[in-house]
Amino acid sequence: MEAILELKDLNKHFDGIYVSKNIDLKIEAGSLTAIIGPNGAGKTSLFNLITGFLEKDSGKIFFKGRDITNKNPEEIASLGIVRAFQVSSIFPYETVYDNLLLASLSHHKKNFNFFSNKYSFKNICEHTNFILKSMNLENKKNLKASELSHGDQKILDIAMALTLSPALLLLDEPTAGMSPEERKNMVLIIRELHKKFKLTTLFIEHDMDIVFGVAEKIRVMVRGEIIAEGTSEEIKNNPLVIESYLGAEV
Amino acid sequence: MRKSSSYLPWLSILIAFLLILFLPISEHKVHLATRILIFSLYAVAFNILFGMTGLLSLGSALFYGFGAYVTGMLTKSYGGDYFVYLLILGSISAFILAIPLGLLCLRLTDVYFTMLTFAFGQLVWGVCIKLYNFTGGDDGIQGIPRMALLETTKSYYIFVFIIVFISLIFLWRLASSPFGLVLNGIRQNRNRITFLGMNVYKHQLLAFLISAFFTGLAGGLYSGLDGSIHPNMFFWTQSGSIILMVILGGINNFFGPVVGTIIFILLEDYIGKTTEYWPFFLGTIMLIMVIIFPKGIVGILTRFLKGPQTKKELANGSHS
Amino acid sequence: MDVSFLISQFVGGLSTAMLLFLVASGLSLIFGVGKVFNFAHGSFYLLGSYLAFQFINFFNNFWIGVICAILGAGMFGVVMEFLFLRRIYGRSEEVSFQILLTYSFILIIDDMVKYIWGPEYKTIEKPASLIDQLQLGGVLIPKYSIFILILGFVIVVTFWFILNRTEMGKVIKATAIDRDMLSLLGVNVPLVMTLIFGVATAMGGLAGALAAPLRTVTPGAGIEVIIDSLIVIVLGGLGNFWGALLGAIIIGEVVAFGILWVPQWASLLNFLVMVLVLILKPEGLFPQKKSGRV
Repeated sequence: MEAILELKDLNKHFDGIYVSKNIDLKIEAGSLTAIIGPNGAGKTSLFNLITGFLEKDSGKIFFKGRDITNKNPEEIASLGIVRAFQVSSIFPYETVYDNLLLASLSHHKKNFNFFSNKYSFKNICEHTNFILKSMNLENKKNLKASELSHGDQKILDIAMALTLSPALLLLDEPTAGMSPEERKNMVLIIRELHKKFKLTTLFIEHDMDIVFGVAEKIRVMVRGEIIAEGTSEEIKNNPLVIESYLGAEV
Repeated sequence: MRKSSSYLPWLSILIAFLLILFLPISEHKVHLATRILIFSLYAVAFNILFGMTGLLSLGSALFYGFGAYVTGMLTKSYGGDYFVYLLILGSISAFILAIPLGLLCLRLTDVYFTMLTFAFGQLVWGVCIKLYNFTGGDDGIQGIPRMALLETTKSYYIFVFIIVFISLIFLWRLASSPFGLVLNGIRQNRNRITFLGMNVYKHQLLAFLISAFFTGLAGGLYSGLDGSIHPNMFFWTQSGSIILMVILGGINNFFGPVVGTIIFILLEDYIGKTTEYWPFFLGTIMLIMVIIFPKGIVGILTRFLKGPQTKKELANGSHS
Repeated sequence: MDVSFLISQFVGGLSTAMLLFLVASGLSLIFGVGKVFNFAHGSFYLLGSYLAFQFINFFNNFWIGVICAILGAGMFGVVMEFLFLRRIYGRSEEVSFQILLTYSFILIIDDMVKYIWGPEYKTIEKPASLIDQLQLGGVLIPKYSIFILILGFVIVVTFWFILNRTEMGKVIKATAIDRDMLSLLGVNVPLVMTLIFGVATAMGGLAGALAAPLRTVTPGAGIEVIIDSLIVIVLGGLGNFWGALLGAIIIGEVVAFGILWVPQWASLLNFLVMVLVLILKPEGLFPQKKSGRV
């Protein structure tokens, strides 16, 4: 399969501590990949590097064969690499509907329109309603985002990302801080999204049950380096991974 | 969508301002009402930056003064007949001045942004005082003529009313437009705006320019009201007063600043007449507002009037 | 212009700088540790000047007057933090509200001063022991300027010592980094904040008292000083103690030599410096290190 995202020899360090060291990574179109690794392994930093939020020391990033190494975060987002956050990143004082509408307006390039009513674009409102429906947020659409439960806020966060019709979705610990019930629900959502939209998804996760249950392919990151990759079975039995990461848990 | 009943208070304010035309009230009161209108525009324009975008500028007086000086000085030299054109020219000048200043100031965030706007404002204030031969220095400029049609206090009031009304409608449309939603988003979570594929800087710049345009317009209108301009229009306390008007009314409601302005100017007129310690009262009011009523008077009223309804509205509210 | 004149001008600039530093370092300390932007800091300088005026006349002793000014300004600062500022910590858009709250204190304190002491100028004599000038290699330098320089130096060293070599300094620095963690460790963080606020405003009061014999005391002095101190800490980088020292020296000297160079425009030079620094180096001349995490 063709690689949608390709990182070539990516490096980034803070005061000599590497958060990314010689990272080479290919993400195939339509794949569902997990990145695991201990705290401080550089997983979130990797997302920050891909989305242009951190400057790279060296290395290149290609997206759909295009060099996006030096593009701004907003350009990268418009190209179709969209992320959801570990701590849900929403607009707390807007309603759920307006949160999604904002994303939809951006997607349809209406963000500089200062004379029309924001609800006056039929296709944009339909798009927003469609996302509301597919993420099961319909009955909460008039709640302020800050009034949602923690789990729903994360779903809203992901829903906003989906509104941009991404080609590549980056999920940073989608189940962090959730109750077991909410976790189950989130796993269903991730699977569903991947199936229904053939959405290429890359996610960071701590919960091994989720990782081994959901991901087609797993990458293991330790101290800024990718030390192993493979299927669940391969990772479970990889001596290097067991030694440096899973050892304590398995 | 908001219910039509929520527009009722605003309609009644509008009607009150219209009534002034037909009631036999003193010149002084009409003058006061004109001031309220002008500062309402200034306050709403300021709140586009502060309440919506989350940018606290301490240099808004720069554009207010600039609009006033461009309109006032040119009207003085070319005559009152050109006042209306020069008013627009003054606003455009403020807009143009805002381009380089916005580009520079908006590179900074939070306190740094506030301080740079503050420094620019003071710099221009200082220059205005020092350029005695050009701007009249400390004395300012008096005797700016008005066109014959706007000679009387009342006719000028009507003129200001129309201009402010049109401007507020424009800004109100802006507030409920996609761009307005983006500005609100920038205030609440600017990183997310970036990751939704929008450029925060460009949106802030456009908001800055629009705000400057209407602030300059307010300044130009004021130069015609008293026929005089003075350097204190640039001074940072002018920017400070506007902040208080906005806070007093409520920053999270489009018309909040209008309510704040009405109360501020009436209080100033009343207390300012009876005591020379007006700033002390101003400070005390501001202190109380910030500590106890950060959402302003409109915030208190909405909670008081609509509090119990909100949940119900939310439950069966109808978007789309 | 001969060299000795330039030197005496330079020393004059330095003593201005020291007074400015006392105000600005307090402002910087509050911002660095408490993340509070005290716009009203100049008003404590003003309070210091007037309290000194009052108590010097009352006790007929310069030094007791200065001490009263320090204590008075510090106490007022503690009250302000304890009763008001504390209430808005952690509010959303806290920075804007801090600026507004402290702005309202400028209006209140400045008007109170005007009400109590009147709008007219007040003057304070230098203490008798420091009234004359010292001849240093052909240059005449007022003893009072030298006294301010020495005192400023002592205060700088004391602060450096407290911040870097004592338990208390560690607590203060830790407060700047992580308040929650510290309170988990059993430190009374609100108390630390109040104390720091008290010390910082007391330093402002000290500066006001010491400046009183050099300049006339008027109700507008607070505003002038806060503007200059803001410029100083913006120059040095907000919250940076040592940056504030350098910023103060730059502004002190710019003002001292600006008067010679472009007398008419001297009062605008400091704004010009601020604008230039904010444009060219927005984080100040000595930015604090940022951590890598987003």
